[in-house]
Order: sequence, then C-alpha cells, then structure tokens
Amino acid sequence: MKKAILTIGGGIAGIEASKTLAGLGYSVSIIEKESVLGGKINNWHQLFPDFREGSEVKEYISKSVDSPDVMVFPGTEITSIEKNDQGFYVKSNKAVAFDVNAILLATGFEIFAAERKEEFGYGIYDNVITSVDLEQRFKKGGQFYTAGGKVPKRIAFIHCVGSRDAKTGNHYCSKVCCITGIKQAIELVKLIPGVEIFCFYMDLRMYGLEYEELYKSAQENYGVQFIRGRLSEASENIDNSILIKCEDTLSGRPLKMNVDLVVLLVGMEAGEGTLNAGTLCNVGFGSQRFLSCRDAHLRRNLTKQEGVFTAGTCTGPMTIPETLENARSAALEIHKYLSEN
Amino acid sequence: MIDFGFKIAETRTIDYEQFDGRLLEYVIQNERSFVKCLSCGGCTATCSAGNLIEFNIRKINLLLRRGEFEGLAKEIDKCMLCGKCVLVCPRDINIRNVVMLIKKGIVKFKNEQISS
Repeated sequence: MKKAILTIGGGIAGIEASKTLAGLGYSVSIIEKESVLGGKINNWHQLFPDFREGSEVKEYISKSVDSPDVMVFPGTEITSIEKNDQGFYVKSNKAVAFDVNAILLATGFEIFAAERKEEFGYGIYDNVITSVDLEQRFKKGGQFYTAGGKVPKRIAFIHCVGSRDAKTGNHYCSKVCCITGIKQAIELVKLIPGVEIFCFYMDLRMYGLEYEELYKSAQENYGVQFIRGRLSEASENIDNSILIKCEDTLSGRPLKMNVDLVVLLVGMEAGEGTLNAGTLCNVGFGSQRFLSCRDAHLRRNLTKQEGVFTAGTCTGPMTIPETLENARSAALEIHKYLSEN
Repeated sequence: MIDFGFKIAETRTIDYEQFDGRLLEYVIQNERSFVKCLSCGGCTATCSAGNLIEFNIRKINLLLRRGEFEGLAKEIDKCMLCGKCVLVCPRDINIRNVVMLIKKGIVKFKNEQISS
C-alpha cells in the first residue's frame, strides 16, 4: 500500500509539494478551507519582475492535481490531530478523516489588514486602496478611474504598510512589497499616460534577480519618482483627493502632497489558518508568528514534531518562485523521512 | 597685515577624531530604544513644532551621533513635548524621553566641564 500524506492548504506551495510527492509514489490528500484551489495566486494579475500573467502559474499548478494519487478536499478544515504508531489520524469539519504517515503544513499567509493603520485612512477614504485592491482592479481591465470617477493625475505608493512597523507588531520585512510597488507603478503608467507616480519608502529592497533592473526602468522609462520618507498621516480633501504628509528625509524638510489615489503596499502576516494548524500540530511559532522550523539553515522544512513538515509562506514571507522551490524541497524531505521510517 | 576681507573657512568635514560621545552614551544608557532609529522621518512629518518652524527632530539623532553639542542645545528647546512622534515611530522609540535626556545631559556635562 502506498504511504499517505496530508497536505493542509491548497495554495501553490501545497499543490506543488503534493504533485512532487505523487510523482515519488505517495498518495496525497490536499485539504483547502476555500472552495477553490490556488490560494492567493487567484488575486494576482501580473507577476514581478517580468509581468507574466498570474493565471499562467495558476494553470500550471492546476494541472498538477490531475493525478489519481492527489485527492482534493475543498471547503475543509482540520479539527483535531492524533499521533499514532503509523503517523497521524486527522479529523476535519466534514464527514471525512485521514489516516496518514506524514503531515505537510502549507497554510500560507494573510494580507495585512490596512484598516489597522488608521492614520493612513484605508476603509475611511475611498481613494486609499491597497496593492491587493489594485491587482483586482488590473484584473478587471478597462479605463482606470478614481473613486470619484476622475482619471488620476497623481498617485502615491506607500511602502512598508504593516511591515517593519513596531506599531502593528510586525517588525519583519515582507520582502515582496518593494518590487510589487515598482511593478504596479509601471503598470499604472502604461494604463494612464502622463500620470505622475511617487513612491514613499524607508529603504528599497531590490534583492531579487532583475528587481534592481525593474527599479531602474521605472525611473528611466516610466518617470516614477521616489521620496525617502515614511507617511505619517493621510487626510481627505473636499474633492476626495488625499493629502499625505511625510518628511522628505533627504532634503530634511516636512513635505505635503495632494494625490488622486493612494496605494498602500500591504505586507504578509501569518494568518488564522497557520495559527490553527500550527497550534494543532504543536510545531511552535517564531517571534514573528510564522511557524518555526527545526533549523533555520539546514532543516527549513522540518518542524520540532517528527512527521510534520512545512512548505511555503506559513514559515515567512516568500515570492512565488521561492515558495515553489521551498515546496519541492519539503516533498523531498518527506520522501527521505518516509523512506527511513 | 592688510585685511582683504577673506579668511580660511572652517572645514565642513565631520572629524570623527574630535568626537565627543558623552551625551550620546548618556542618552543610550538611559533610553536604549534610541539606537533603533532608521531615519524614516515619520517623527518629523508629524511634529507639531517642525510643521511651523525650522526644527527637525530626526536630525537631533544625527547631531547627537556626530557629537555636535553646540547645535543641539539650541535645537532641542524647540520641542513642545507633545509626543506625536512617539505615536508614529515604527521602531517604538520613546523620542520624548530622548528629548528630556538630551536636555538633562546638556546641563549635566556643562556643569562637569565648569567644575573640572
């Protein structure tokens, strides 16, 4: 009989790892709390740094579950986990239980709720949106208007919203927002000829291959401007435009600016799914509330519990390629574990 | 000698060998959070005083780190201690306490200089 694995979370990490495991001769069940697979990838229009369609990655991973060795259970959540001699007995909220040899946690991340930065005005002013809202707007296509029906002349991007901010409890850098901002700024310039774009940043972290080039291209080819200063507050003008205030730290003076639209580059957080699964499996959490791994250098997919593994952003912010690689590495760690036990 | 009205300008270089770190050490010892500043400027942007007059609370950090007592004593009195900077700081620095410590420190070290 084939050994069985339960993957908790049907985003790109869970699917990629499950596909790899099925290819290695295991029987895999994926449970996903939403009704559709894919997780956050369903929200993204184009991907950085090459503007590839998000749907292409979605299509690639969707094909993965077309295997007799991968069973998918949408709308399902785990309710209890019991350890036994063979591995684990997992109960769910549906009339289905799983007898498996190993568990893979791929519960992913949640997007920072921008309402929590009240001084930035999200949920209060119509023309303050998040980078996720903007992706959805791009997906819809067509002419771009502000909430008041105007073609925006000036747009501000605010970096580090819910990241690197002690006031939100998130001290870490979410890694992907800097480059997302650059990508979205370029998309807006393409969509709205002549629009002025300002990015307000503390540090720009273009750590990935081709990221720095995209940043340079934003300056060189799209006229995107960068102001080094953290937004202190946003307020609404009578015409629904937004007044933002920061310090232009490089000239050392306070700065105010009226913009037609504010885009908050929201960060990643360990969500409720990760919290629940991590608690049920008792794998422990790091200081940033993501799941702990056994060894941050050498055993990134292993947890302190034998037979419980992690893949993707439930252990910290990652890009899509990083997530897929991490998932494949998790599959091989599980293979190694099941071969030896 | 004929005075032509010219003189040699003082150098603008920050001479680290002349660095007087007493005040900086005093502040750090009493308010550890001070070392975490990443110069984002959030404090200056929201500063009640800085929006009205020439005053940059973020630059206090720099003056202190460069051991510049002279400018500091004059600057620090512009702060109204409203504490808005503390509310926005992403690194949770108790900026108001830093201001109070600078004020105390300036007096302390001035007195030490006189007595020695």
